[in-house]
Amino acid sequence: MMLSKGLKRKREEEEEGKEALAVDTWWLDPGHPAVAQAPPAVASSSLFDLSVLKLHHSLRQSEPDLRHLVLVVNTLRRIQASMAPTAALPPVPSPPTAPSIADNLLASSDAALSASMASLLEDLSHIEGLSQAPQPLVDEGPPGRPTGGAPPSLGALDLLGPATGCLLDDGLEGLFEDIDTSMYDSELWAPASEGHKSSPEDGPGKEEAPELDEAELDYLMDVLVGTQALERPPGPGR
Amino acid sequence: MIPGIGAFTRDTLWCFSQVKGTMETGTTEADIISTVEFNHTGELLATGDKGGRVVIFQREQESKNQVHRRGEYNVYSTFQSHEPEFDYLKSLEIEEKINKIRWLPQQNAAYFLLSTNDKTVKLWKVSERDKRPEGYNLKDEEGRLRDPATITTLRVPVLRPMDLMVEATPRRVFANAHTYHINSISVNSDYETYMSADDLRINLWNFEITNQSFNIVDIKPANMEELTEVITAAEFHPHHCNTFVYSSSKGTIRLCDMRASALCDRHTKFFEEPEDPSNRSFFSEIISSISDVKFSHSGRYIMTRDYLTVKVWDLNMENRPIETYQVHDYLRSKLCSLYENDCIFDKFECVWNGSDSVIMTGSYNNFFRMFDRNTKRDVTLEASRENSKPRAILKPRKVCVGGKRRKDEISVDSLDFSKKILHTAWHPSENIIAVAATNNLYIFQDKVN
Repeated sequence: MMLSKGLKRKREEEEEGKEALAVDTWWLDPGHPAVAQAPPAVASSSLFDLSVLKLHHSLRQSEPDLRHLVLVVNTLRRIQASMAPTAALPPVPSPPTAPSIADNLLASSDAALSASMASLLEDLSHIEGLSQAPQPLVDEGPPGRPTGGAPPSLGALDLLGPATGCLLDDGLEGLFEDIDTSMYDSELWAPASEGHKSSPEDGPGKEEAPELDEAELDYLMDVLVGTQALERPPGPGR
Repeated sequence: MIPGIGAFTRDTLWCFSQVKGTMETGTTEADIISTVEFNHTGELLATGDKGGRVVIFQREQESKNQVHRRGEYNVYSTFQSHEPEFDYLKSLEIEEKINKIRWLPQQNAAYFLLSTNDKTVKLWKVSERDKRPEGYNLKDEEGRLRDPATITTLRVPVLRPMDLMVEATPRRVFANAHTYHINSISVNSDYETYMSADDLRINLWNFEITNQSFNIVDIKPANMEELTEVITAAEFHPHHCNTFVYSSSKGTIRLCDMRASALCDRHTKFFEEPEDPSNRSFFSEIISSISDVKFSHSGRYIMTRDYLTVKVWDLNMENRPIETYQVHDYLRSKLCSLYENDCIFDKFECVWNGSDSVIMTGSYNNFFRMFDRNTKRDVTLEASRENSKPRAILKPRKVCVGGKRRKDEISVDSLDFSKKILHTAWHPSENIIAVAATNNLYIFQDKVN
């Protein structure tokens, strides 16, 4: 009754999580003695997923609520910090198949990706506007798969960077020959070989630079495809 | 009429007075009240809604016949303050919702107020017209121009009485100064300037100048990826025109002195309460985010509202509040659910009574809470149509947190989280309160013998 806004799918996932992870139960049981005491050191992965979902939802707004965004991001950082092991190595082993998966993705969804690329470039002033207005603040790795203690800072725009770098490397540069790229921040288009793009003021994550693993690529592709929703200007009914 | 002093020693009884708004259950979103504010005398009560409208109620003069019935508030003026806008550069729609209304002190026959949406502040003049000129030379009675050649005599127009008309005119529009969403406006005690605060910046305006404002606080980091904190509310000191405070999403309050420097990025005082380790959770920061900050009328204290508590701070003590009141602590164990449905991000306001002895804030299920700072007693009341008989005394409500539920109590799980009281106002000198419950405005008064 309390949960008036139905995120039905997430609730089911949380229910599943409830069975799978004992640590989940204390969230839902107000009578649990642990409630009054210090919370468990580790958050459930469903709480992490929920936070990432909120972050995405917030970013997809035409003008995100900055306070909401900042609070969700900070909470996500806390959750991720508690979930990650102390070592800097990512718990998910980097699969050697990463490049080929990328190729397969590119081959199969080439048209969709280049379409989204084109619309990205067309709406770049919108992105620039984003960089002054609420800037997406994701600097975690892909959801549910923490990349280690302190992942490098990534803006959402930077998330686009390496992926598009892959496309450019594949020779789609011809598409953009006549576009004056000087107005674009060159940081955006750093090719994947340089690893994650980190800004100069990068914080603790500077030493990190993990290679693009399968999980991260999936995430990047999702964001890319998802950016079509991000960049589309609001319809007349909004 | 006891202005709140000692009112609770005899247990103030609050009575229903009036309710404004439609009774239909299907509410149009535009009618949702987004701000409520009495003017400095309490004669006028303004509301702003999501549809960009401002409705001003005026208190009727007390009639000799019904001495026991204090003046009612009736509609005085209604106008469209803000319209939805479209920012073509960013392809963004700008909401017309009125975030805040602040009155200027009255200096002549007209009333002035500031109203703001996310981006633009407007100064409105509300004035009465009860006379109109008649007998123009160049216009006929219908206003049509007369041919000057036909005029053979001149006359002086005279003012004749007419039915009272209340006009609202926009006198100033303060636009294009905020990149982020405006959350607060505050009129300075010099009555010449005011400030507007958004998520990252605070600007100082002169009422006469609309094309320029001074930026006095800027917490935007050079790299937006480093952003971890936003401004949530700001207010000028009631007497010292150089002093103001602003609160943050991290539960801190900064007091700034504009005499110290032009850009008040460095605070004069920094108020923060250390985190209670036994209450720490993943949601600690979210629930510590301050949703409202208000100076006491005396200027000696500030009150802050975060998700679960109201705190009173002495300006001379920065390391902890002097008083903390639990608004709805039974929600502490429900934070995960409230995070999921976004209720944890709700921004509740808080208000002082005229004598700074009682503070009030809203909660869920259309409940609102009052705390008497002297007696340390508190009460929970409900704004509902069921309690809406004229002069009906409001019965205190209680939330049951577990175990046996008594007859009149309501259990935590039965609370309606869609019915939230975010905005309330207290008459500056009397025990009259205005409570906004979604699209309805309730007015309650204390019982007069």
